[in-house]
Amino acid sequence: MQADTVIARRRTADGRRRAFLIRLPSTVSHLPSTAWVGIALVVLLALVAAFASQIAPGNPFRSVAPPLQPPSTAHWLGSDDLGREVFSELVHGARVSLFVGLAVALTSTVVGIVIGGVAGFFGGWIDDALMRLTEFFQVLPRFFLAIIVTAFFGGNIVNIVLLLGFTFWTGTARLLRAQVLSLRAREFVVAARAVGVKELTILARHVFPNALPPVLVNGALQVGGAILTEAGLSFLGLGDRNQISWGYMLNNAQPFIRSAWWMSVFPGVALLITVVAVNLVGDGLNEAMNPRYSVASRRSPVVRSHPLISI
Amino acid sequence: MSRYILRRLIQAVPLLIGILIINFVLIHVAPGDPIYLLAGDAGDEKYYAAMRARFGLDQPLAMQLYLYLVNAAQGQFGYSYAYDRPVFEIIFARLPATLLLTGSALVLSTLVAVWLGVVAARRAHSAADHTIAVVTLLFYGMPAFWLGQLLVIVFAIWLDWFPVQGMTDVRHSYQGLEYASDVLRHLALPMTTLGLLHLALVTRLTRMGMREQLDEDYVRTAHAKGLPVARVVNYHALRNALLPVVTTVGTQIGTLFTGAVLTEIIFAWPGIGRLLYDATLARDYPLLMAIFLFVAVSVVVVNLVTDLTYAFLDPRVRFA
Repeated sequence: MQADTVIARRRTADGRRRAFLIRLPSTVSHLPSTAWVGIALVVLLALVAAFASQIAPGNPFRSVAPPLQPPSTAHWLGSDDLGREVFSELVHGARVSLFVGLAVALTSTVVGIVIGGVAGFFGGWIDDALMRLTEFFQVLPRFFLAIIVTAFFGGNIVNIVLLLGFTFWTGTARLLRAQVLSLRAREFVVAARAVGVKELTILARHVFPNALPPVLVNGALQVGGAILTEAGLSFLGLGDRNQISWGYMLNNAQPFIRSAWWMSVFPGVALLITVVAVNLVGDGLNEAMNPRYSVASRRSPVVRSHPLISI
Repeated sequence: MSRYILRRLIQAVPLLIGILIINFVLIHVAPGDPIYLLAGDAGDEKYYAAMRARFGLDQPLAMQLYLYLVNAAQGQFGYSYAYDRPVFEIIFARLPATLLLTGSALVLSTLVAVWLGVVAARRAHSAADHTIAVVTLLFYGMPAFWLGQLLVIVFAIWLDWFPVQGMTDVRHSYQGLEYASDVLRHLALPMTTLGLLHLALVTRLTRMGMREQLDEDYVRTAHAKGLPVARVVNYHALRNALLPVVTTVGTQIGTLFTGAVLTEIIFAWPGIGRLLYDATLARDYPLLMAIFLFVAVSVVVVNLVTDLTYAFLDPRVRFA
């Protein structure tokens, strides 16, 4: 049996259960082992975030210990200047980081898909204009923009997600545009057009489904950057004041850096593990389905040069 | 070449105008009367009336935008609340400290990263290669401000090798060489912080480039005619492998500024990042906007310089 097949049992039309060999999508079987480490860590973090109230019951903003206690059996990771448990803050902080990371990646992927798709599909001056816009957003220093906007309008978490989502999309847009352009020249698209399928149907049924996987992987690669950016904003005191986040904890730790190392070490480790984990997943997926080999290189030169087919 | 330079210069103009327009929009959607963002908050009624006329705040929006651009072209961007001076004067006073920090970090991290990349490529899939990959990945995932705090705890507080904060020792007023060595001692930790964060990308790119180049025919030819290995690797292959590195180093300048801001805050380094932090605490909006504008324009200019350097190094670009 090949490495990328698994046995599955399914009910056939006549009602009997039979064993089938199913080929996994090649991405899954080609995932490097580091990506599985990343996936395990992300799942663990997601569980911590989901069950934060069970793992560390009570409001993390509440003082439950004497201030600035070093790690002990009573308070595992010590307490901060206001007597809040670092462990409890850490567990609840996972929610903000994961939420921001995923929500920003999702938003930026949607924006990128719309802009890249429209540019690639319509071409011409629309393409030109959208690509100039993309270049513009690429040079825009988004962290500085985020600082100004959160300073003006307050850093509630929805603002931060929208702001980052609407500045992180440039890579996705460029990638999708390139994918659409290259797919549109492939034989099966040309064949579909030749038998009279409508352009929009071609786009929806033939081009998008093939163009999307690498774009989604690109979205996964945005998660780490988004988490770090939110942490940076919170560290500057511009994050959401109603939520415990790791950046906010590090901001609190800065004045006590001489006396209470535990206040800065643990939230930083948490951030590091999270970012490395999501980067491992993103890198692994990227490697497993490298679009340079899957789409662009298979583009047939015949189609492009044949005047009869490339209408 | 001159035609290429001209074309790239012309392409940068819409980017600059776009950045100014974003700034203009921010001034108008920000809470409060835009006059305070343009003229500071320390003036009297007569002064405000004059500034209103200068920026045309009673005119239609399109006219205001035009006046804003005209003023920008003359270097007039408004006054800081906190310092009560033109914002650009304040920024330029802080520029040398930031340039020293980012410049030294960039040079140091690029040199180390290229070296690591070459080592990793020559011993691909060895223990050294994997170690380099893991360590640089770890630094890549670290928040700048946290790495800074860690280095302070270990090297400044526990080991007491370097000062915790600042750019100079305020208890002494050193001159000449002593001053330079004092600054250098203060520079060590922030420079290392910023440099370590930027190792990963250049290391990876160099490794990739070197792997490709070392497989090329001309490298085999060089080996075959008996050149020393070091010369083939460091002279022939590396020169070609470094081409993409130039572009990456250039495009990273925005990220570098971001890292610099956070690093400067940790180490109380008196540069633009520290200024930005003080401006957010004081809600000094005109200064905030000016810093944004300054960084955005710097990124455009650095990108332009990078492209031109690249074209200079690789003739295929300028004749394309």
